[in-house]
Amino acid sequence: MSSSADFGRRRILAITTIAVGGAGIAAATVPFIKSWNPSAKAKAASVPVEVNISKLEEGQLIKVMWRGRPVWVVRRPRAMLDALPLHDDLLRDPLSLEPQQPKYAQNPWRSIKPEIFVAVGICTHLGCSPTYQPDNFADHVEGIASGFFCPCHGSGFDMAGRVFQGVPAPLNLVVPPHQYLDDGRIVIGTHQETR
Amino acid sequence: MKSLIRWLDDRIPMTATYKRHVGQYPAPKNFNIWYLFGSLALLVLFNQLFTGVWLTMSYVPTTEGAFASIEYLMRDVEYGWLLRYMHSTGATAFFAVIYLHMFRGLLYGSYQKPRELLWIFGMLIFLVMMAEAFMGYLLPWGQMSYWGAQVIISLFGAIPVIGDDLTLWIRGDYVVSGATLNRFFALHVIALPLIMVVLIFLHLIALHEVGSNNPDGIEIKKYKDDDGWPLDGIPFHPYYTVKDVLGIAGFLMLFCFFVFFMPEGGGLMLESPNFEAANPLKTPEHITPVWYFTPFYAMLRAVPDKLGGIVVMGLSIALLFILPWLDRCKVKSVRYRSGYHKFNLMQFSVSFIALGVIGLLPENTLLKWCARVFTCGYFGFFIALWWYSKREPTKPVPERVTFK
Repeated sequence: MSSSADFGRRRILAITTIAVGGAGIAAATVPFIKSWNPSAKAKAASVPVEVNISKLEEGQLIKVMWRGRPVWVVRRPRAMLDALPLHDDLLRDPLSLEPQQPKYAQNPWRSIKPEIFVAVGICTHLGCSPTYQPDNFADHVEGIASGFFCPCHGSGFDMAGRVFQGVPAPLNLVVPPHQYLDDGRIVIGTHQETR
Repeated sequence: MKSLIRWLDDRIPMTATYKRHVGQYPAPKNFNIWYLFGSLALLVLFNQLFTGVWLTMSYVPTTEGAFASIEYLMRDVEYGWLLRYMHSTGATAFFAVIYLHMFRGLLYGSYQKPRELLWIFGMLIFLVMMAEAFMGYLLPWGQMSYWGAQVIISLFGAIPVIGDDLTLWIRGDYVVSGATLNRFFALHVIALPLIMVVLIFLHLIALHEVGSNNPDGIEIKKYKDDDGWPLDGIPFHPYYTVKDVLGIAGFLMLFCFFVFFMPEGGGLMLESPNFEAANPLKTPEHITPVWYFTPFYAMLRAVPDKLGGIVVMGLSIALLFILPWLDRCKVKSVRYRSGYHKFNLMQFSVSFIALGVIGLLPENTLLKWCARVFTCGYFGFFIALWWYSKREPTKPVPERVTFK
């Protein structure tokens, strides 16, 4: 055994061993991390939902489940639609510039037909489901008769799902892809462009 | 018996370890009531581990089975109700004891040099405890479980760029679902308790390496007798084991009162919406976290911006981690520190408690402004401390411990 050990050589061997071993450990973490992603089953479960709106009354809101989330369908009366453009200065994104809706819903009503409003009923703040307040929304935003109020952190949205200023939610409510099969039926989860 | 002990000692350092950490561990002789909470935390930990293991024997971690299995446990399993209430009350007791334990550290400067690492291990335990409590609260799969988890997981969505993918990864689905429930169950009963026990072990080893602080905030190792035993030290056993047993007796009276007479804690420990099974279509009218999270929750609500609120919440914890370096004063105990410090510590405690109360109440404009004021008070504590502690007018510190 030589008394003058080659320390440079030892060092290089030690570093390479650590590097190769480290790479092996890093590679071994992949299955542990990846297994947390949505499973194939969860991904497959996001099928489109058909909704019959022929019996929906003026001012009525129905909830349907799409991808495990509540989706609202509301028939807005004339008065609600007329009130929509009057409070643009109170909103964060009155013109719906943020991509929270498909192209065909980027209009003053954020819908295909003005009276039928379809939106994912999940607050863009932290994911609670806001409450529909057709008559007493003025408690939260003065002068606005109806809207959606999130009970968790007090965010408010108007009847087109547009978020008011000064609340924690940063974005308008999401309008999901949807299309009309005929006057009385809509499908949530698909639209012409993706077919 | 003697030969058995010798046989063991030849193979494992049993007697030596006992002497080092219990029989001949020198503890300052001037401990007061604030020094009970460490041992009480250990007691509550054992309570959580034992009752927790027994709860898993009846619990079913699926979206279909979870809520029903809790009902089964409460109604059909012998003493199931007791095991569950001991566990749920234990969670509250754990936080109560830990908050007092941490406040003791603030009072007597137990985070200061050379106990910085000890404090950091403690803060890590606190973090793991919060994760543990949060994940445990999802398991009954009630309304509050579901929406609480939904809100807290969505917090991560505010992180720029990776936020959305990260929340998806945590949930394992597009919404809180069975996949989320299963992984939270695994983390709650296996991973986090293991990590917590390791951290507590490190916390204790670090404590016994540097020695305990005391209400005077002076080092008892400075004056030792000829055998090297600190003059102001007494052996942990029997002196403090007896004291801790007294503390445990008092604590158990309070604990049992809640377990048997107020297991819901007036809606603070078990919330009424949680007696209803989870419904992904409907958020409860008034959603609040369990009381021990409300101070941080109130800070989140006080900021009218999604990312800002989460940054504030994160900072409120992060600042505690670096507290040993923010406090630049050489005097540890509040007894010998300036009026500024006494006032600052007091306003910090008031702010923290006030935020805790505000976090429980439904939102309105007045409360929002109160929350903002107290959030400033909370952060002001750290900023002011850093500023005045450098040249703080302190009182002379005694050489030996005192009894006040």
